[in-house]
Amino acid sequence: MEMKNLPIGEQPEDEFIKKNIILTSIDTVLNWARSNSLWPLSSGLACCSMEMMAAAAARFDISRFGYEVFRPSPRQADLLIVAGTLTWKMAGPLKRLYEQMPEPKYVIAMGSCANSGGPFADSYSVVPGVDLILPVDVYIPGCPPRPEALIQGMLELKRKIQNPAVGRRERHE
Amino acid sequence: MVKTQTYTLNMGPQHPSTHGVLQVVLELDGERVVKAVPHMGYLHRGIEKLAESRTYTQFIPYTDRLDYVSSMGNNLGYCQTVEKLMGISVPERAEYLRVIMTELNRIASHLLFMSSLAIDLGATTGMMYGFRDREYVLDLFNMVCGARLTYNYIRIGGVIEDIPPEFLPATEKFLADFPAMLTEYHNLLTGNEILYHRLKNTAVIDAKQAFEIGLTGPCLRASGIDYDIRKIEPYGVYDRFDFNVPLGQNGDNWDRYMVRMDEMVESAKIITQAIAQLPDGPVMAKVPKILKPPAGDVYHRIENPRGELGYYIVSDGTTKPYRTHVRRPSFINLQALGEVCKGILIADVVAVLATLDPLMGEVDC
Amino acid sequence: MSSQLLSNEAISSLQAQFPGAVSMIGEGSQQALLIDADGLLAIMGVLKNDAAYQFNMLSNLTAVDYLDYFELVYHLYSLPLGHTVTIKTRCQAETPRVSSVMGIWPSADFQEREVYDLLGVNFTGHLDLRRILMPDDFMEYPLRKGYKLPAPGERRS
Repeated sequence: MEMKNLPIGEQPEDEFIKKNIILTSIDTVLNWARSNSLWPLSSGLACCSMEMMAAAAARFDISRFGYEVFRPSPRQADLLIVAGTLTWKMAGPLKRLYEQMPEPKYVIAMGSCANSGGPFADSYSVVPGVDLILPVDVYIPGCPPRPEALIQGMLELKRKIQNPAVGRRERHE
Repeated sequence: MVKTQTYTLNMGPQHPSTHGVLQVVLELDGERVVKAVPHMGYLHRGIEKLAESRTYTQFIPYTDRLDYVSSMGNNLGYCQTVEKLMGISVPERAEYLRVIMTELNRIASHLLFMSSLAIDLGATTGMMYGFRDREYVLDLFNMVCGARLTYNYIRIGGVIEDIPPEFLPATEKFLADFPAMLTEYHNLLTGNEILYHRLKNTAVIDAKQAFEIGLTGPCLRASGIDYDIRKIEPYGVYDRFDFNVPLGQNGDNWDRYMVRMDEMVESAKIITQAIAQLPDGPVMAKVPKILKPPAGDVYHRIENPRGELGYYIVSDGTTKPYRTHVRRPSFINLQALGEVCKGILIADVVAVLATLDPLMGEVDC
Repeated sequence: MSSQLLSNEAISSLQAQFPGAVSMIGEGSQQALLIDADGLLAIMGVLKNDAAYQFNMLSNLTAVDYLDYFELVYHLYSLPLGHTVTIKTRCQAETPRVSSVMGIWPSADFQEREVYDLLGVNFTGHLDLRRILMPDDFMEYPLRKGYKLPAPGERRS
């Protein structure tokens, strides 16, 4: 949070005011709030979901970042972590889950299956990459990525949310 | 005259309590289940078809991803099947290392079962305890092969690498601390009156029904049938260890839970004996770089934490198998879901799914 | 105590009971009994219920596409007597059709549905034969040798 400049000639002189009142824009505050308390949707598909659960457990503890509140319902979540292989049969339900989430919402593709199909990319029933269906904000490579990698991915997402100019994404049909 | 009607409730494929992407369509009369039909295939990745375009060694990482919580067991089953087909004999040290890894994996898998059971029934703290202790086992695996979940450690002819010197002291320290961990779980969960009333005498499968419907593994043993492939058809060096097979009496949720808790104690016993008997020597047999098994077919089965895991491989003499089929225990155990859910309360369906312990990577293959 | 393969005497008496329908193929751990598809239900019933065999457990049921024919493979185990046997039967490749053993071993349910789903073998007498792993509107049978996987990079919807 930084002190934004006021219009010329109106800098606060008072030391007390400088230390205790922060002037900023609403967007920055909202982005700060959203990025520090992402509510993931519990949507683990395959093996990566085990590492996601381990990240939520006591040792790796994403609770210290504010992200431990896994919501079962998409209406209450704002982060969709696609953890695992996406098949064409599951693609319909997953798209529906994404559409049920209210804006602003973010998608993390966790693991090589979600990034690009992984070892199953040439299979007849696997979607080669979840970005064929959803707009992805952060890709986390690994098979499965360690919980620390998931945490780093979520912190990258946090940086992205706090600096919207970094990731202007196009409208996805 | 009041006329009632059943209604259909969809559970899944995205649901916090189905173990992965399983869809169960429930037909309910009030709170009683009239019919429960599982729908699978949301994680069907075509592994059996992919096997036909991979070499035998390239397929081993795919076996990891079937039952991803007990990957060592899957590796073991597949490698032993190929070794049976090719007539390869594995060095002694490798056999013992395989036993140690598979039994450690059994402990990790049952700890995950316990954690999911606790969180599915609402006891979130239980999940934290189980996962905390599972991390000790995953650290041991990390020490050995560098991976926490999908190991690819057991290979055709032995194991890929010998254990580092710090592995055995760390394992012994874990085994020394393990009884205290189990006491803690029994105090928190087994001694908990709420858990007891939710699991005892609910969703009973009697022995005859369990056997006919095709259950194997702890679910079958909870109904009282003594069927453990480590005793019936010992593979590797399992006939050299002294361990019991815990059985249940009623076949209810409580027995399925207690059988798995007791199995962890037996696994710890086996690991202690294996470490004591561990010989020196090579860890990999002399296997040709390019594997071309003779033409023919073979079926081999092992006792995985979820039941009888079998591999059926047909070889046509080339480097890639003609057909690989995996007999997945969770897939066949799910047949019991429709039977056992008749007439139970809807809250018990969650408990049944937790105690049947299906793993969708294995169900869908 | 390890399980044994079905003894030669038992196999001979089975062959005597069903002359011409049972033949032995393979050796050692690859030994199997090749059974005529018409007599499948009768022979399987004897294998389950007769006191000499008592194969009360169907361990595995699968099928292989050999281009000219489909081969169904059954692995049976007897819990009381502790012996195992592999049964094979064949059917033609154009419209593969085999009797279902679900009436004998209810545990064949999901496995036969899987073979139907992925290979297209029709099991007559199965109570609920429908797709289990692929979506219901999927038209083809992926595990058949004629179904080719897409080339890397190619997408199939």
